[in-house]
Amino acid sequence: MTITLNGEPFELDAPMNVTQLLEHLDIDPRRVAVEHNLIVLKRPAFDSTEVNAGDQIEIVNFVGGGTR
Amino acid sequence: MTDTPLAIAGREFRSRLLVGTGKYPSNDVMVRAHEASGAELITVAVRRVNISDRSKDSLLDHIDTSKYSLLPNTAGCYTAEDAIRTARLGREAGLSNWVKLEVIGDERTLFPDNEALIAATRELVRDGFVVLPYTNDDPVACRKLEEAGAAAVMPLGAPIGSGLGIQNPNNIEIIREAAGVPVIVDAGVGTASDAAFAMELGVDGVLMNTAIAEASDPPAMAEAMCLAVQSGRLAYLAGRIPKKRYASASSPLEGVVGR
Repeated sequence: MTITLNGEPFELDAPMNVTQLLEHLDIDPRRVAVEHNLIVLKRPAFDSTEVNAGDQIEIVNFVGGGTR
Repeated sequence: MTDTPLAIAGREFRSRLLVGTGKYPSNDVMVRAHEASGAELITVAVRRVNISDRSKDSLLDHIDTSKYSLLPNTAGCYTAEDAIRTARLGREAGLSNWVKLEVIGDERTLFPDNEALIAATRELVRDGFVVLPYTNDDPVACRKLEEAGAAAVMPLGAPIGSGLGIQNPNNIEIIREAAGVPVIVDAGVGTASDAAFAMELGVDGVLMNTAIAEASDPPAMAEAMCLAVQSGRLAYLAGRIPKKRYASASSPLEGVVGR
């Protein structure tokens, strides 16, 4: 199945929850924020939020930045 | 002389200098500059994780969050909607409801879009955020941001990254006189005297990134800025003499030899 991950098409074998997706991507869940179909997820919702075909996922973290 | 701490939304800070995390030559230099700055609030940007290249370590590996509080920004956002979305993501990533709100209106100057900024401030305040908006050196915009619920107003001293110093000290003073919330000069500082000058105008703090990060020796410049902010603050509290057009002798006029 195909999802849109950070603006790009991304292939997954099967539906999974957000915690499993982060694990699959080797991303530490404590360091990121996740948006699922334009809704920003609270961390406790990572386990209960299912990622299905066609879903839009944004995964962001903090990078160096100042005033721009 | 004793000073009251900088208080924003009920939180107190000993340092009146806020710094960024962008443009440093290395993380090690950044860490040393942060230490030398004495800053307690540090701005960070919110960006997409690089999915294909996970090799780079996280910025958070280089910021001791027991010592520093993170201030996520919405830099790079050109609409209220994008800024609000970014602020909400930043809140979940950093587990803090503070945001340095930027809504940019022009690519070349990076001047803010005040109309969108005020709308985004109102919405984020309603959503429980502590909003610190980056704005023009415009007293009317600052008043409207305060009315929209901003916890501080952050007028620019000059365009972001320009290092031009405080371009309109008169407006900064007018903003400070009218404001009921802290005023933090954000952007435009080039060197220590600019930071001292901003503080001498009576503002509550200064936020900078490029002036430190792109200096030849960032930790040394961070120390200079730390001292300049303290020095400017102390000079403001001490009360400077009025400016006069002509000389006023410091030594007694009586008893001059040969007169």
